[in-house]
Amino acid sequence: MAKAASMLSKNADAFGQWVDKRIPISSFWKEHISEYYAPKNFNIMYFFGSLALLVLVNQIVTGIFLTMHYKPDAALAFGSVEYIMRDVEWGWLIRYMHSTGASAFFIVVYLHMFRALMYGSYQKPRELVWILGVLIYLVLMAEAFVGYVLPWGQMSYWGAQVIVSLFGAIPYVGDALVEWIRGDYYIADATLNRFFALHVIALPLALLALVVLHLAALHEVGSNNPDGIEIKANKDADGIPRDGIPFHPYYTVKDIFGVGIFLLLFAFILFYAPDGGGYFLEKDNFAASDPLVTPEHIVPVWYFTPYYAILRAIPDKLLGVVAMGAAIFVLFLMPWLDRSKVRSIRYKGLGSKIMLTVFAICFIRLGMLGTAEGTPAETLESRVWTFVYFAFFALMPVVTSMENTKPVPERVTT
Amino acid sequence: MRIKGILLALLLGAVASSSVHAAGGGDYDHAPINIADTASLQRGAKMFVNYCMGCHSAQYMRYARVGEDLNLSDEELEQFLIKGDLTVNDYMMSSMPEEQSKEWFGKAPPDLSLTARSRTEDWIYTFLRSYYLTDEGWNNTLLQNSAMPHVLWELQGVQRPVYETKTNESGETREVIESLELEQAGLLSPEEYDAAIVDITAFLAYVAEPSALERQRLGKWVLLFLALFTFLAWLLYQEYWKDVKK
Repeated sequence: MAKAASMLSKNADAFGQWVDKRIPISSFWKEHISEYYAPKNFNIMYFFGSLALLVLVNQIVTGIFLTMHYKPDAALAFGSVEYIMRDVEWGWLIRYMHSTGASAFFIVVYLHMFRALMYGSYQKPRELVWILGVLIYLVLMAEAFVGYVLPWGQMSYWGAQVIVSLFGAIPYVGDALVEWIRGDYYIADATLNRFFALHVIALPLALLALVVLHLAALHEVGSNNPDGIEIKANKDADGIPRDGIPFHPYYTVKDIFGVGIFLLLFAFILFYAPDGGGYFLEKDNFAASDPLVTPEHIVPVWYFTPYYAILRAIPDKLLGVVAMGAAIFVLFLMPWLDRSKVRSIRYKGLGSKIMLTVFAICFIRLGMLGTAEGTPAETLESRVWTFVYFAFFALMPVVTSMENTKPVPERVTT
Repeated sequence: MRIKGILLALLLGAVASSSVHAAGGGDYDHAPINIADTASLQRGAKMFVNYCMGCHSAQYMRYARVGEDLNLSDEELEQFLIKGDLTVNDYMMSSMPEEQSKEWFGKAPPDLSLTARSRTEDWIYTFLRSYYLTDEGWNNTLLQNSAMPHVLWELQGVQRPVYETKTNESGETREVIESLELEQAGLLSPEEYDAAIVDITAFLAYVAEPSALERQRLGKWVLLFLALFTFLAWLLYQEYWKDVKK
């Protein structure tokens, strides 16, 4: 018996070597997993990167199964989703995993981005990690938007109508552009078909490519940490960072624990409140799309509402669209707006701490206002928060270059 | 600790935001339904077939699925629910022709498969209890000038509006319906009628999401499994991290 087993492992080793000479699997594994040294002081905020990857896989796998039954046809789309919910084996579970997954994706990504803001993970030399991340966020928003149109309910239809018409605010080419996007004179079958193509092929491909680049850039420069200390600056005789630990097994086992906690929360919503109280699946979207009946209250899904609030806060349509676009594009500038000598919020001055807290409140409050009906009082409040939103970025170079920072320790703290 | 505080604040913010959203909702009576009560769903199914399906369909719902979920055999389905020459594998389609129904009512009666999700259960419950008769005919406090007549009036009887004169800020007065009063008793007492409406509402809630029961049944086991998985993952994490934390 023992002999047979050793023969087997010998053969397996030989096969491994044979493969390795032809494709560098083991060196890839070492470089990115087993000998990728990550700082040992990651806290709870560092779970969201691996969780984003988990949700991405969830979206792709459930998406493949949904595509097997969904019909991208204006006459059939709505019914095919109900067919999935009722007649397809486990269809309801797959659909809810996908629809709840979309919201989970944004929750996880927003926390992941907030982590970067807290610990200055966008600062030199991680500018490209951050920029690729913002690009992922942009593609994710496009992916979520076209995906929301596919069930072809009232909110799908009218949401598409509102968002696509925003392009009409662009001078000269606006109207032609809107028509080009829709492929028709109104949101119609042609629009649904192309949005389906974008949702299942074009955007996921872009997303995956960007995720690979995001990780490649991260692994080139190494992970930041809650202290914002460069662990590569302090290596032992073997060239291993003293504050670093191999990603595998330490962070793989830790992330599996994080996955467990996440899945508990995810499953709780999935099985007991899959429509997320009307936020993840809006109730108007359970009515089939009707071009002749405008819903009273058209609001985008929660993850777009901060930007929607900014759009509505500005009385002029073109300027509103410009402000909304600027609110997203300003994120690209973060690495150069932050002039601080330190990375982490732990060692920045009081000014930065106040600004980041106010910014978080501002983003949440804008999100809430974006779901509201838009009364004059709400519009006024949206204007104030829109101002605060941009002030955060505008004041950052001033505050970060002037404030007193605390000394950063030599080694990471726990 | 600091980070947990921030996360908590984010969570509280999200919860607080739901109140902003809720402000848009109407004022409906709470429907005391229980979709786990099979007898209630069976009674509701019978009411739905007898009173609603003359005009309305549940186009995404198969009779066979109703039988499966409501413990009705094919024979029972055929005896109590299926009319005409339909079979258990057919969808619950009304036999009313859509084109003519538009002529008769001004608009085709909507499909009711998803009404409980698009309008909410409370809306259905309130709607079916809000019909009243005036000299101009039937009307409804929830959906003014609804094209739908009060199909259940024989059961409920006749409700008449009680008006109240209200004066607005600019001094104009207008008549507002303050409440509805039962003028002529129906076949059912008010309590029996409300119970019947609960059954119909429960059935429509079930029809809107037939997988809801299975979803909730399964949820417990999935959460239990995940709790166990997470506990083991935590033990594994503690074990490995002993060397990091020393």
